[in-house]
Amino acid sequence: MVATGFKAIAAAVVMGCLPLVAQAQAPLKIGFISTLSGQAGSLGQDIYDGFMLAIEQNGGKLGNVPVQVLKEDDQFKPDVGTQAAQKLIEKENVSIITGVAASNVMMAIYRPITEKQVFLIGSNGGPSPLAGAQCSPYLFIASWQVDGLAEVMGKYAVDKGYKKLVLIAPNYQAGKDAMSGFKRFYTGPVADELYTGLTQPDFSAEIAQIAAAKPDAVYAFFPGTLGVNFVRQYQQAGLLKTVPLLTSGVVYGTTLPALKETALGVIGGQFWAPDTNNPVSLQFVDAFEKKYNRIPSNFAAQGYDSALLLDSAIGKVKGNVADKPAFMAALKQGSAKSVRGTLKFNNNHVPINDWYVFEVARDAKGRVSLKTIGTPLKNHQDAYHTQCTMS
Amino acid sequence: MSTSLFFAQLLNGFQLGVLLFLMSAGLTLVLGIMNCVNLTHGSLFMMGAYFAATVYGTTHSFALAALAAIAGTLLLGLVLERVVLARLYARDHLYQVLATFGLILFLNEVARIIWGQSPIFMNVPDALSGTIDLLGLPYPSYRFAIIAVGLCVGLALYVVIHRTRVGMLIRAGASDSAMVSALGVNIKLINALVFGVGAALAGLAGLMAGPILSVQPGMGDPILILTLVVLVTGGIGSIRGAFYGALIVGVVDTIGRAFLPTLLREVVDRSIAQAAGPAIASILIYLLMAVVLAIRPEGLFPVKHG
Repeated sequence: MVATGFKAIAAAVVMGCLPLVAQAQAPLKIGFISTLSGQAGSLGQDIYDGFMLAIEQNGGKLGNVPVQVLKEDDQFKPDVGTQAAQKLIEKENVSIITGVAASNVMMAIYRPITEKQVFLIGSNGGPSPLAGAQCSPYLFIASWQVDGLAEVMGKYAVDKGYKKLVLIAPNYQAGKDAMSGFKRFYTGPVADELYTGLTQPDFSAEIAQIAAAKPDAVYAFFPGTLGVNFVRQYQQAGLLKTVPLLTSGVVYGTTLPALKETALGVIGGQFWAPDTNNPVSLQFVDAFEKKYNRIPSNFAAQGYDSALLLDSAIGKVKGNVADKPAFMAALKQGSAKSVRGTLKFNNNHVPINDWYVFEVARDAKGRVSLKTIGTPLKNHQDAYHTQCTMS
Repeated sequence: MSTSLFFAQLLNGFQLGVLLFLMSAGLTLVLGIMNCVNLTHGSLFMMGAYFAATVYGTTHSFALAALAAIAGTLLLGLVLERVVLARLYARDHLYQVLATFGLILFLNEVARIIWGQSPIFMNVPDALSGTIDLLGLPYPSYRFAIIAVGLCVGLALYVVIHRTRVGMLIRAGASDSAMVSALGVNIKLINALVFGVGAALAGLAGLMAGPILSVQPGMGDPILILTLVVLVTGGIGSIRGAFYGALIVGVVDTIGRAFLPTLLREVVDRSIAQAAGPAIASILIYLLMAVVLAIRPEGLFPVKHG
């Protein structure tokens, strides 16, 4: 009895002390929800790797505060993402959630998160409703608005003086959004607009039509493996040599290892490329390659940038993220350090930045990578910011 | 619409058709002779593509890749037949569907464990990487090669089935397997042979499709559905039905996708045509199947009895 009594007291003492010890150096908990398995898994993993690289470079801290990252896989499923968000908010009491690669997951979880007044830092393409009417003071898109991918190609087509284009995309909402984004800047004649099935693996019929139409260039929006198949078949048909292929969502760090030489010459657009020339970006690419032994994708850069934004904002409030108005104001100021130079937010919490056009080409080490060839859009604001009532 | 474009699209249709023929030839015999619904056929296609891509990636020899794909799927098919399907021949179709559907999930997962979730790729062999000029339109030579291979296989199957003793037994089995085994023929051996050859043909289809598509887990599932459409359209149990059915499905699908949106544009408003065209084109083959089922439930080219 005595022994158990003593044990109980000892346990109580230890338990009692723990919160004190913990309080002294309690790490700031950050929720990281992303697609880490399945088809899009490599994308979420890249965001995570970029995010963790920044934390590691800061000695496990963001804004001089030790942080603990709680990783959750949403499996590309909105319901799984929502559950993960609930768990992080209610059980773990996180006040910041970041990561989120898939826009379907983003659309499902942004409301439960922002309604709880938890800060959501989007690390991948921001869907148009969230940049427009449904913008939230607790939501910050630390990456880009999806339409930018198409808009930059539209502007590029205008700059190049293309007069006759064929546009092609899968027959679903994102495909149509890409077409309208492209045509927001490219107003010239369109020889043909082709819509393909969303699960269609073979594009022989469409490619034959393109070959027959003999356009100045082709604009294609194909996410994931659709894009890989399309580029390979386009190249096999010998068109890559004769008709320039402008793309959105097709060539980036996660598809290039698969496409390799096949994609040489394909044109794409992004807010960042591995050769973006500023000190933060160069240093990031170097460190990422050393640590993970691969060329960072724009997704990795977005993860890294999310961490840099948090680093700057947490530092500004000296770790006191519980002061929500102050933290919100700090986030809104953006970050002086970013892979795009500096990160500057628009009224809708979507960055204002340059958009680059790149060509798939070999880098200095002979690897297939992206080479920036122009900056069609300077200080670009997305088309939806006027619909957002925040100022 | 220029003639050369129409011609190119027709070839595209043939190319899809012969690919589907390679798939459906095996499946139709398994279904016709053993009366067994084998949904794993799509997975064998996937494994064939994986075997080919892996071997081609390491050796850069298309011949070795072909050997690996065909021999590999032949062996895999024989093992599957012995271990799983042979036990189910006597059972109801529902058991076969359940077991082979389970095998689809199993093989997809096996592919994921071995090769990972991300697609792997196989390049077109250098000799076939160019294009052929087709009345002013460039056409990939590799796709010509697919058509050639498919036609050769079709011819070979025709000769084997109609001119040899084994073929005679297979035809007899398709018509009345109970009678064939009553005559003292080792129907088990015939079954295993047919299943193995069918699997090898699926592997060959996987090999030919490897350089066009991305090789990834689950890549066999869409082609399995198309193959079933071919079987229903062409008639179950007949190679002839599989051949014509596959060509019809391939051409209808391709021509529909290529020209329907343009044709619709002539009749209705451009924006409606753009929305409806691709949607209608993608259900065209299913419409065809429904019509065939309604008019000739046994398929367009059924097995001739008696």
